[in-house]
Amino acid sequence: MAFRPETAKPLNELVEVLLRSPNSLTPGERELIATYVSYLNDCHYCQSIHGAIAAAHLDGDEELVRRVKADFQYADISDKLKALLVIASKVQRGGKQVTVEDVASARSAGATDIEIHDTVLIAAAFCMYNRYVDGLATVQPQDEDMYRQRGKMVARDGYVSVSKTYLPVQPTAR
Amino acid sequence: MAHIALPEGLPGISSGFAFRPETAKPMRELAHVLLHEPNSLTPGERELIATYVSSQNNCYFCQTSHGAAAACHLGDEDVVRRVKLDFTNAPISSKLKALLAIAGKVQRDGKLVTAEDVKRARDEGASDIEIHDTVLIAAAFCMYNRYVDGLDTWQPHNDGMYTKMGRHLAEKGYLKSSQE
Repeated sequence: MAFRPETAKPLNELVEVLLRSPNSLTPGERELIATYVSYLNDCHYCQSIHGAIAAAHLDGDEELVRRVKADFQYADISDKLKALLVIASKVQRGGKQVTVEDVASARSAGATDIEIHDTVLIAAAFCMYNRYVDGLATVQPQDEDMYRQRGKMVARDGYVSVSKTYLPVQPTAR
Repeated sequence: MAHIALPEGLPGISSGFAFRPETAKPMRELAHVLLHEPNSLTPGERELIATYVSSQNNCYFCQTSHGAAAACHLGDEDVVRRVKLDFTNAPISSKLKALLAIAGKVQRDGKLVTAEDVKRARDEGASDIEIHDTVLIAAAFCMYNRYVDGLDTWQPHNDGMYTKMGRHLAEKGYLKSSQE
């Protein structure tokens, strides 16, 4: 991100809209979708940091994050979120895997069109972020406490705000 | 019928962008920086990377529209077809072949990119920014392709429409819709 500020800007803005802007899905639910897709893509950095951000949004419930990754069908989450995680896991493999039945079961569990749209796009976007992080062979620390601290900071301040700590200051228009 | 109530009459990603302008904005900006803004890789070369990844992901709308943009930049439809079929034997530079090899790995999984892949690209003259942008173009099209297919958007088979769209993308870039 710091290497190429021109691309970091839209990448941070996209994740801010998808995971933090006001939405009928809570930030915690959306971070769980991001964490689950990153786990399926086996991206250590993304699943650790988004897992930590999810836990920070969910009163520090790291156990719930672990259970969603291990088997979300048995995790203590709503039926709606389970149906959305099914869609997200299909998108992770390929967009065409999502069936009319997957969408119908999300709808009957109460999901709106915007929630289904955002689930598809969160899953698709993390297929990008995960590949970006792994494709450049970035340094991915193993220190869980680092992720916990940074997770709390991002949950509190947001992606765009935290990005200002490593991006050059944008010239402001007069 | 798309999976959700997308605006009718807009093909592919245009319908998702119209449905949700808040996410369309950064997605358009990202494509514009990666594919259109000045860069040591030409727009034609970058569109070929986008087209190749979209064809590996089997996304009809993306491979056809970006293939048309590439053909418009390069004045050559045949090279686009040959890159999709077998880029190692296409009439493109050795540097672009090395970058396409990296893009092909990223399409499957970022962790497949090896130090040897990167060294080969460097030996062919690729800069760090070019390697970075190749990885990110490939990663980004793993998003755009899944978005277009995951919503089951309308993807008409209409060559004339894609030629026109490709010209718009090649000339104007990605910040404004080609459907207006």
